[in-house]
Amino acid sequence: MVKGYAGRFLDVDLSRGAVKDVTFPESVLVNYVGGRGLAAKILWDRLGERWRDVDPLGPENLLLALTGPLTNWYPGTRVSVSGKSPQSNGIIGSTASGEFSSELRAAGYDGLVVSGESDSPVYVLVTDDRGEIRDAKHLWGKKGKETVRLINKEVRAELAGRQPGRGLWREPGILYIGPAGESKVRVAAVMQKWSHAAGYGGYGAVMGSKNLKALVAKGTGPQPAVADIDEVRRLWAEVTQVMFSNDRLRRWGTGYGGYEVGARSSSEPVRNWQEEWHDERGFGGSKFDFRYWIKRYWSDFGCPSACMKIAMVKTGPFKGAIGDNPDYELEAYEGPNLGIYDPGGCIYMSVVCDELGLSGINGGNLLAFAAELYQRGILTREDVGMDLKWGDAKAFAELAEKICRREGIGEVLAEGTYRAAKKISEMKGVDVMKYAVHVKGVEVGAHGTRSGLDVKPASYACAVQGGDHTSTVYDAYDEMTMVFADSAVICSMNAWRPGYDLVFRYYRAVTGLGTTRDEWCKVLGHRITHIQRAALLLGGPDIVWDPVKDDDNPPRFYEPLPSGPFTGKETGRATVEELKKQYYNAIGWDERGIPKPEVLKALGLDDVDRALEIVRQS
Amino acid sequence: MWPEASRIRVFMLVPGVEIPHLCAQCDDYPCVKACPADALSVDEKTGAVLVSREKCTACGSCIDACPGKVPFLHPRDNYAVICDLCGGDPECVKECMAARFDAIRLVQESVSVSRRLFARPPEEFTEDVATNMYGEYAEELV
Repeated sequence: MVKGYAGRFLDVDLSRGAVKDVTFPESVLVNYVGGRGLAAKILWDRLGERWRDVDPLGPENLLLALTGPLTNWYPGTRVSVSGKSPQSNGIIGSTASGEFSSELRAAGYDGLVVSGESDSPVYVLVTDDRGEIRDAKHLWGKKGKETVRLINKEVRAELAGRQPGRGLWREPGILYIGPAGESKVRVAAVMQKWSHAAGYGGYGAVMGSKNLKALVAKGTGPQPAVADIDEVRRLWAEVTQVMFSNDRLRRWGTGYGGYEVGARSSSEPVRNWQEEWHDERGFGGSKFDFRYWIKRYWSDFGCPSACMKIAMVKTGPFKGAIGDNPDYELEAYEGPNLGIYDPGGCIYMSVVCDELGLSGINGGNLLAFAAELYQRGILTREDVGMDLKWGDAKAFAELAEKICRREGIGEVLAEGTYRAAKKISEMKGVDVMKYAVHVKGVEVGAHGTRSGLDVKPASYACAVQGGDHTSTVYDAYDEMTMVFADSAVICSMNAWRPGYDLVFRYYRAVTGLGTTRDEWCKVLGHRITHIQRAALLLGGPDIVWDPVKDDDNPPRFYEPLPSGPFTGKETGRATVEELKKQYYNAIGWDERGIPKPEVLKALGLDDVDRALEIVRQS
Repeated sequence: MWPEASRIRVFMLVPGVEIPHLCAQCDDYPCVKACPADALSVDEKTGAVLVSREKCTACGSCIDACPGKVPFLHPRDNYAVICDLCGGDPECVKECMAARFDAIRLVQESVSVSRRLFARPPEEFTEDVATNMYGEYAEELV
């Protein structure tokens, strides 16, 4: 029996109000591992045949919250959230850090499969060996901090009542949505704690569509047993030592990027990617740290890296903003991308997004898209209901609130950058698609391709997760390690430096399996990627991508950089096409980017092959 | 790996406010005095409270008696869990040093009445630390 699993999943049907334990055959766990890989398998098995007809925001879609065998055994703790994405209409494995997964596994479950739709707001509570659906009417409409506070209080009191005399209960792990998810905003994240988000994919909207406010877990058992505990202990120590030597990450988190990625790499979004360079010395780790941090080393369960820092604005117009210090992505997207170079304003905007449960990356992209249309006079003061000038954090905050209330222009923007761009193009009779910085409906991460120093030219274009910067592609081999991190459900930040040879040793020690890195990168990872590719190409019902046209960068990435040391550089159409060809070839897709029948059949994916016939014939 | 069976439990009732919760080594032993089953005793060498699994009836009297509500019942074996200082060579210190966190050290000090002041419920600690961290905003967070 493969180790590292609790061995059970909780199947929740919200339409019928039914909860039951389910298991998956060992062969499924061995081949798809957990998290993103298992999500792809479950989604394909249950929805694959009618993928195009499944509305991501309808009751038929699934919301998956899955751990993997390495979760908590490998330093750091994450959970993978998936389903049919309301952004890409394919499958995205989005992960968030936090103790939900350790509590879930302590309760005896590896994950949840949630289907259907509840009549009224509910949350799911998982405790030792059981799950139940509970009323959440009193939680609906609540922002992040209040949601966490109320659920903590309520669940601890409930558990104390069930077992009086047992002693005090620690807090549960909570995966929840804010007002953004409730309003089915397509850039809504699934949140943990105050600021930890599974942002890509729009799964907050999926939870909202199901009237599902939160998944809550509190278990009292041990983590699932591993195959070789002595080896796991040795490897734990090794990873911990390596990560302790990563001083930069420990000291600054990824927040050193807010200055560096602009000033050095010229690949940071500035005012909706009109530029990718800035040299604002006031916008960097030093300022964030010395003026705003009230906690310098913070980690979730078991993580030696402590890349999180807590920021609090104590004076000035943004006084009272408290949350995780923006990591690089949020420094960029809630900073220079909005024309904000004041760290206090950037922290404030990050907190606004966190409180609303808006993905800081996708949401920041969306806000800047609106601001550029305002700058160009395409959206007017009347359209927006206010001035929307670069750098005006309060205005952006107000717009974010409007989006979450779907009020005025917020109704249009709530559909995310790509869909909003289509709608506004129709409304205004002006083509605004060139200002939409997305790949296949997924707003692009804060790493540009133009300077040549960051993400490679075709890495977003060919990715099965679109603009997700944590899952870009380049050679069809090494990138599979990212698929592994999301499937074993570990933090890729804690995996890069120790290296994937060690990660696979870890995987073998935990599971008792013999899986090698080579086997994963040539076979198992490809299988998952092909399923994700098939789902992405099938898409539907509102969007069907054409790989020939849509396997591409945002138009903006072909405009020459207007400023900085790389002025004049752009991504280069010819290079992109050449790299695309190489990639298709390496992974086994035809010249149009469709997985080849013989490749799928050799991997035993005959049903995926059949489903793709409709794409091949179009 | 079993956080709920650990003699040190870390509460985080408010994000960012971690409260390690463990026996404060009171000099007056209210838990030992309250035990009706004679299951609790004092380690002569370290002064730590020792729990006899055989004698413990899981009645919860020690939890009620503890000013910090520190003891709890073991989730599987149902007996009171209290830090026993590992006989004077605490495993937590070794682990913490080995991992280079250096957050827990072993110190030698004489018994003090002040130790009792650290036997407090996590909710109280949380309010203090949250106020220290978040100032006036702590009220709406706790």
